[in-house]
Amino acid sequence: MSLSRSDFQVICDWIKPNSRVLDLGCGNGELLQELSINQGVSGYGIEIDDKNISQCIKAGINVIQRDLDLGLSDFDEDSFDFVILSLTLQASNYPHRLLGEMLRVGAEGIVTIPNFGYITSRIQLGLGGRMPVNKTLPLEWYNTTNIHLCTLKDFEELCDKLGIEILEQRAVRHNHKAGPGLKLFPNLFGEIALYRFRKKTS
Amino acid sequence: MPETIPQDSIGLVKSSTFHFDQPLSLDCGEILDSYELVYETYGELNESRDNAILVCHALSGTHHLAGYYSMEDRKPGWWESLVGPGKVIDTNRFYVVGVNNLGGCNGSTGPKSINPKTNKPYGPDFPIVTVSDWVESQSRLTQKLGIKQWAAVIGGSLGGMQVLQWAIDFPDSLRHAIVIAAASKLTAQNIAFNEVARQAIRTDPAFHEGHYYEHNTIPESGLRIARMLGHLTYMSDDIMAEKFGRALREGSINFDYGIEFQVESYLRHQADSFVGTFDANTYLLMTKALDYFDPAASSGSDLSAVLEKASADFFVISFTSDWRFSPQRSHEIVKALHDNDLNVSYAEIESHHGHDAFLLALPQYLSVFSAYMDRVASECTE
Repeated sequence: MSLSRSDFQVICDWIKPNSRVLDLGCGNGELLQELSINQGVSGYGIEIDDKNISQCIKAGINVIQRDLDLGLSDFDEDSFDFVILSLTLQASNYPHRLLGEMLRVGAEGIVTIPNFGYITSRIQLGLGGRMPVNKTLPLEWYNTTNIHLCTLKDFEELCDKLGIEILEQRAVRHNHKAGPGLKLFPNLFGEIALYRFRKKTS
Repeated sequence: MPETIPQDSIGLVKSSTFHFDQPLSLDCGEILDSYELVYETYGELNESRDNAILVCHALSGTHHLAGYYSMEDRKPGWWESLVGPGKVIDTNRFYVVGVNNLGGCNGSTGPKSINPKTNKPYGPDFPIVTVSDWVESQSRLTQKLGIKQWAAVIGGSLGGMQVLQWAIDFPDSLRHAIVIAAASKLTAQNIAFNEVARQAIRTDPAFHEGHYYEHNTIPESGLRIARMLGHLTYMSDDIMAEKFGRALREGSINFDYGIEFQVESYLRHQADSFVGTFDANTYLLMTKALDYFDPAASSGSDLSAVLEKASADFFVISFTSDWRFSPQRSHEIVKALHDNDLNVSYAEIESHHGHDAFLLALPQYLSVFSAYMDRVASECTE
C-alpha cells in the first residue's frame, strides 16, 4: 500500500513494531490502518470530523470522536509508546499545552508541521507581501484552520522552552523527492517537518 | 395502518414464548421458580450460528423491534428505523433477536402475570429485578436459541446498560458490544426524575398499593404524569422549541386550564397512548432497575476495574443534546474501556433531538452505525 502523504512513510519508519500508539487528529485513519496491518501496532485515533469518523470505522480502526482542544485528560499517564500529531498542531488552540499532554500520556511524541519558513511561503510573504497559500497551506488567511503557524526554528525553540528533547528531525516535500538542499537547509526547502521527541531527562 | 407493508420493512412478524422452569435467583434475594420470556426473531440464523444479534430494549420498549403484527397494525416495532432488510441492523445478514425483559408488561413474566403460588396477578409482589437479572435471563434464552456467541449485543439507554452488563458478566458470549445513549450509572438528577414519576403513580388513589388489578382500575393519572415527565426529559429544549414553540391550538389563549399550547396537547397525547399500553407496576420496576444499575459499585466505583473482565469490541455512541444520558456519561464508559486496552470506537452525534435521538434515522448516526455493522458482518460466516 502506498501512503498518500510523504510524512506518513517517515512516521511508519520511526514507530517500532507492536507499539501502543495514539494518533491525534487521525483523519480517515489511513496511518493507523497501515501501522496496524504492517507493524502490528494497536491503539486509538482521535478525530473530530464526522466524515472522517465514518471512514475510520469503515477502515476498522479504533477512533474516538473528540475535540483535541479539550485535552487528553481521559488518558492516563504513560498509556502509549508513541503519540502522533500529524499536521494538526498548527490548528490547535494551545499547541504548547498539547505538546505537554502528548508527553504526559506517551513515552515519545511525533509531530509533523507545515513549515512556514518554506521558501515558497517566504517568497509569497517577503516579496509578494501576501499571506502564503500553497500546497501545504491551501486556504486563505481568513478561512484557514491553521491558526498557529511556525517555522522549524520556532518549533525547536518551543521544544527547548518546554524541556523537550528532539530525538530525530526530518523535512520532506510533497513530491516525496529529497535533494541536497533539503538536507542542508530544511527550514528553507522543507514543506513539512517531522520531529520525534521525548521529555528531557534531568 | 399500512395499506401495503413498506419495501424496507421486515413485514409481518410473530412473537414466540419460552417457558423456563429453572429457578432464577434474583439480586434482591428472591427466587423466581419459573417464568416466561417473550421474544421475536428476524432473519435467518446461519449454519455456523455466528450471525446472531441481540437487541436489548429501554424503559418502555419491548421485544417487538420491527415489522407489523397484522395489516391492521397502526405502528411498526419501536426500532423499525434501524432494523430491517438492508437497514443498519440488516435482517438479510443477521439473525436479530428482541426479548421482552422480566417484569415487563408485553408478554414476559411481570406484575400483570398470574403468580402460580396465589393464582392472582403478582402486582406489587413481583420482585424488583435488576439489569444483571435481565442479562442472566437473556443468557438462558440465548442457550435455548442455540446461540453460543452473539455477533453483537446492542442497546440504547437502559438497553445500553444491559449491553455493558453482558460484556462484564458473559465476556465470551459476545464479540461486539454496541452501547448507545447510555451511562454506567444514573446521576442524582436522573434518579430524582424517576422518583417523581414513581411518586406520581404511587400516590394515585387508584394505585391501591399496586393491587389495582383486583379493583378493576389503573392508576391512570399517576401513570400519565410519569410518562409526561419522562417524555419531556427525553427531548431537548431546542427540539421542543422547534416542534411546538409557543404555538396555540386555537390561535388564542382562553384563560382556562384546557389544552391551550401545542406542547400541552402533545404531552397529553403521549400520556393517552401510554396509559392504554403500559402497566404502572412495570413502570415502577423499570425505573428501579435504572436507578440500581451501577456495575462498578462492587469495585469501589472503579468502572475500569470492573471492565477488566470484558473482552468484546465496543462501539459507543452518544448524542450532543441528550441531557439525560449526556455525552459525558459515554466518555466515562469509553475511558474505562481504553484504560483496559479494549478495542473501542466512539461517535458523538450532533443532534438536537435529545435522548430520543437513538430511536431516529439521523444521517450521521446511520453512517457510523452501518459502517460498524459492516465490520460486525465481516466477521460472520457468509
